[in-house]
Amino acid sequence: MFTFTDTWYLVLAAAIFAIGAVGLIVRRNPLVMFMCVELMLNAVNLTFVTFSRMLNDVGGQAVVFFVMVVAAAEVVVGLAIIVAIMRRREGANADDISLMRG
Amino acid sequence: MDQVWLIPAFPLAGFLLLVLAGRRLGDPKAGWLATLAVAGSFVASVALFLSLRSQPEDARQIAETLWTWMPADSFQVSFGFLFDELSALMCLFITGVGALIHLYAIGYMRDDPEFPRFFTYLNLFVASMLLLVLGDNLILTFLGWEGVGACSYLLISFWFTDPANASAGKKAFVTNRIGDFGFMLGTFLVFVTFGTIDYLEIAEAAPGVAAATATAIALLFFLAATGKSAQLPLFVWLPDAMAGPTPVSALIHAATMVTSGVFLLTRLSPILERAGWANDLIAWVGALTALLAAGAALAQNDIKKVLAYSTVSQLGFMFIAIGSQNYVGALFHMITHAFFKALLFLGAGAVIYSMAHEQDMRRYGNLRKYLPITFITMGIGWVAISGIPPFAGFWSKDEILAGSFNVQPAGQLLWLVGLVTAILTAFYMTRLMIMTFFGGAEQWRSDAPESLPEVPDDVDAVDAHAHAAHGDDDHAHDDHGHGHHLTPEHTPREAPALMLAPLVVLSVFAAVGGVLNLPFADRLHVLEKWVEPVISGEHELPPAGVQWILAIISIIGAVTGVFLAYRVYQQRKVDAAKLERPVLANAWYIDATYADVVGGPGEAAFQGIADFDHDVVDAAVVGVGTGTGGLAKRLRPLQSGFVRSYAFGIGVGAVALVAFAVLRMSL
Repeated sequence: MFTFTDTWYLVLAAAIFAIGAVGLIVRRNPLVMFMCVELMLNAVNLTFVTFSRMLNDVGGQAVVFFVMVVAAAEVVVGLAIIVAIMRRREGANADDISLMRG
Repeated sequence: MDQVWLIPAFPLAGFLLLVLAGRRLGDPKAGWLATLAVAGSFVASVALFLSLRSQPEDARQIAETLWTWMPADSFQVSFGFLFDELSALMCLFITGVGALIHLYAIGYMRDDPEFPRFFTYLNLFVASMLLLVLGDNLILTFLGWEGVGACSYLLISFWFTDPANASAGKKAFVTNRIGDFGFMLGTFLVFVTFGTIDYLEIAEAAPGVAAATATAIALLFFLAATGKSAQLPLFVWLPDAMAGPTPVSALIHAATMVTSGVFLLTRLSPILERAGWANDLIAWVGALTALLAAGAALAQNDIKKVLAYSTVSQLGFMFIAIGSQNYVGALFHMITHAFFKALLFLGAGAVIYSMAHEQDMRRYGNLRKYLPITFITMGIGWVAISGIPPFAGFWSKDEILAGSFNVQPAGQLLWLVGLVTAILTAFYMTRLMIMTFFGGAEQWRSDAPESLPEVPDDVDAVDAHAHAAHGDDDHAHDDHGHGHHLTPEHTPREAPALMLAPLVVLSVFAAVGGVLNLPFADRLHVLEKWVEPVISGEHELPPAGVQWILAIISIIGAVTGVFLAYRVYQQRKVDAAKLERPVLANAWYIDATYADVVGGPGEAAFQGIADFDHDVVDAAVVGVGTGTGGLAKRLRPLQSGFVRSYAFGIGVGAVALVAFAVLRMSL
């Protein structure tokens, strides 16, 4: 019978990561880009958990909690910045925010 | 009472008080304060001297360390004083002569708008000079050495509104810096050699030092001495230093500061003793300086310039003595010279004062009628410097000449040069006296200043400027005393008593100063006995009979010099113009040569160095900056400001890293 081996989980994680990465590069809305970053982070989390199960080591799951905490903190700061930007200008386009160009 | 620090503390306190309240005290209270400070220092010196004398002969030494100045591992510099036979002697005559000159200056500087500033500097000078002689190590002496140099600069250019005075001060300072560099290198070498810069420890370790090292140290310190004590090749600043007020010329540029080179070399006599040919060099530089400066003094018309060249010449005598290891002779002449040269300078100042600040002797004449006290006191100075017994100069000069006679090699030649210089000394001093006090005609009554021929070369610019300056009505100097300039109707009047009193006191010392070290019997060698413990080095005197002959020859020489000058200037048997050649008036063109060399090839060389700095060093530094800027300009577009392209860059980088890791693993 067909079973979900660990490899499937890893493939799924890689796929999610790739979706996130491509989305980050091609989309211009900062909010969407932000969600793509979250996707990539969670793809990595999935990898960690899978390896934790494969190797029978709880350390991988512990790292996931760290990542989630850091991601939550990052969301707070990132969203605040995005909201601030939205207030200042019409619409939201990451390419418009390029004052730091050389 | 062993409070050595009191000696420099008095003038230092005077200086500080004058800085704070000099303007409020004003004229003449500021002058009295300064005089009192130096007099207090003199009293302290006498008291300490007496306490030193009461000690047994081998314990005559007060070492006093106030604090450690520079603690740096094995390099320890203490702020300490060494009051021994040598520094006691120096302190006595610095503060003694200094107090008299301060007193004189109260009269001389009367009504000068900058009166308090003058005494502020003068007190600082005395404090520095005392630090120089009292310091127990080379660094502290160097502090005083630089201090007197700075004060000398400030005082030469005291009337700085005249550019000539300002540049004379600068010249003195810069010339002295050349010597200072010798002092510093010498100090470094001493520290490397002995591991200490303390005089007592140096003296202890000196006998073990290698002759070559001792020679190098001696030469470096001699370079320092040629700067401060105005010897060849660095003497050129001293004649120009006469741009300063006359009390300054007397105190700094005749009696005290210029002798600091002699003091320094005497302090280092334990090293000099082992320095071999450096001593011959010192003696011969001294002899040459003495002779050339005496020649230059023959043809000067500015009364102060005659005395300036005379000072250079007399300092040359002291260096002859040092080179012949005859330190007692050098110190003896230094003291007698301080008396009679301070006297002559102050006398010249009194004459200048009475003659409406005219310094050209060609406009004097017959002044003995008007200035009897100045005439008599200066007359004593004149016989003293000319070497007529029993006045002070004869004894000290004779001791130097006798001490040089047996020097190996060529001591007789050294003696001969000294003798010729002594004859010239008698000659030019007689010339000065005749032109000023005798001569029959009262020159200022007939000659208008315009009719006098100018000095043939503009090297003597200071001289010429001095005249021009005194003609200017806006010049500070003209505001005091006889404010007008010398007119044919002028009647010279004796200077005030305040100025004459120091003259009288100094003339007594100039007359009897010889008793310090009379040659006849052993127990009359007071000075020699006194300083013997602190100096080393033996000099061989010729046998007593030869000494008598030498002394008689030098008396005959002095009388000849006086007589010849009398024939030329009083009886006018010979045309004076034949003697006063331009080459002498311009001091052998040494100064002019320096000016040409430094102004011509020297300036070109410095311009080359400046160009190198600008084109190579600066260009390299600026080039690094522009290069970085250019590179940045080209790299800047990479930072596009688009977050997504950065993300792409990160992604590509991550892939590249992974690819690299995988490839390495598989290889």
